[in-house]
Amino acid sequence: MTVIGTDSPASGRPAIETFGLTRRFGALAAVDGASLSVRSAEIFGLIGPNGAGKSTLIKMLTTMLPPSAGRAIIAGFDLRTQAGQVRRHIGYVPQLLSADGELTGYENLLLSARLYLVPRTAREGRIRAALALMGLTEVRDRLVRQYSGGMIRRLEIAQSTLHAPSVIFLDEPTEGLDPVGRHAVWRHIRDLRERLGAAVVVTTHYMDEADALCDRIALIDRGRILVTDTPAALKGQIGDHATLDDVFAQMTGHAAEGGSYRDVRRTRRAAREHA
Amino acid sequence: MGGYLTQLLAVADAELRKLRHDPWELASRAIQPVLWLLLFGNVMARVRGLAPQAIPYLDFLAPGILAQSALFVAIFYGISAIWERDLGVLHRYLVSPAPRSALVSGKALSSGARALSQAVIVYFCAAAMGVRLSLRPADVAAAILLITLGSALFSTFSLIIACMVRTRERFMGIGQVLTMPIFFASNAIYPVALMPGWLQILALLNPLTYEVDGLRAVMLARGSSVFGLTRDFTVLAVAGLAMIAVATRMYPRMTE
Repeated sequence: MTVIGTDSPASGRPAIETFGLTRRFGALAAVDGASLSVRSAEIFGLIGPNGAGKSTLIKMLTTMLPPSAGRAIIAGFDLRTQAGQVRRHIGYVPQLLSADGELTGYENLLLSARLYLVPRTAREGRIRAALALMGLTEVRDRLVRQYSGGMIRRLEIAQSTLHAPSVIFLDEPTEGLDPVGRHAVWRHIRDLRERLGAAVVVTTHYMDEADALCDRIALIDRGRILVTDTPAALKGQIGDHATLDDVFAQMTGHAAEGGSYRDVRRTRRAAREHA
Repeated sequence: MGGYLTQLLAVADAELRKLRHDPWELASRAIQPVLWLLLFGNVMARVRGLAPQAIPYLDFLAPGILAQSALFVAIFYGISAIWERDLGVLHRYLVSPAPRSALVSGKALSSGARALSQAVIVYFCAAAMGVRLSLRPADVAAAILLITLGSALFSTFSLIIACMVRTRERFMGIGQVLTMPIFFASNAIYPVALMPGWLQILALLNPLTYEVDGLRAVMLARGSSVFGLTRDFTVLAVAGLAMIAVATRMYPRMTE
């Protein structure tokens, strides 16, 4: 048994450590022996084509999906035996839009504040601050189904961080957003790291985004982590003007964008059949 | 414990706020019980021997229709759970530190509160049709409790079904199939004593029977319970807790 944290991860210890984390759906290993370590106040990218296993890995790390094998320590707590504590210390913005369209922005935040047991006296202040920070004060009493995609993402980031988590997961946070919306989300992700000192784990299949945003990235393909390093170091291995796309193509023998449909279908079908 | 209650009520409160944003949903759901009382009730009132001697058939029917209308709403609750899963809203609940039982109980409670709005309409409608209601505070309080328990029970049952079938299409089919036997194999529109033996056994295993039986005692000025209120409440509470216990185990797996 490793050391178990008390309230927050001891400084210097990784925010996330995984050891051979694996999830199988029948014969398919959607995530196959993932071992990685993420530091506090680090933006860490899980990069790979659709169907590579990024979402499955995130689902395991957020306690949504039990691993088939391996273990993980998140914010100092064991994923298997202390799922409740893990949940208390993480924030999660799922790939799907998780804000409730039938509620207003304010009501969504109120629900989150209560679920995370933000003290009653601090609730209104924190919600007000979060709305202001995300530029949603004026639409706070509008139903979320009338929000734009970018506004919903910002609201979800606010919802996921009201309890000041030490690890934040964002699954494809810029998917479906226009360039303005994407850049706004990037800005907020950087801000989370500064403000909360939180470790931020982002999945994306946009290589340019990973390059611009992440301190370190892990390249994933077909359920396996191929390499973990800074974008600059990875590109440096290939050549002067290399992009992450080049890195990925070199390491896998295929392009990040191409050949993905089959992988997506393969993973999703397996997940469905063995659900 | 205080935290648990905060989380449970947060879930229930969110559901009720949605209702407040869309009151038409409630209004549309009030039509069906009114039609049952008005059409079915007035015709069947002419049949002799359907209700116990002491009370007119419409009086006998009103608590049955109230329980039925709450059942019909509750039994389709699972659809919205699947919908929430498809949208991603469910993830937000499940990734929170709220105990799973608090989430399930909160949803169940909101379903009970939702049914109370229907109860108000059925009370008004029944009174307008000459049903003699009991408005003693203790009776009204007991009716509120019975309706809440019944709706919580059936909505959680629905949630369990949703966890098993996992898609809206399959659920729609099953929901239709479930409402019929639960409704007709109960004492909602005729007494258990009138049923053939095999159906009596089913009716006595059916929690709806105890909800209706209790409601007859507390809703009507001259009503009485066949099984006794203690038994009615006990059956509903135990069945409800059992449902919540099962759903608490199954609900978190919906996102897998």
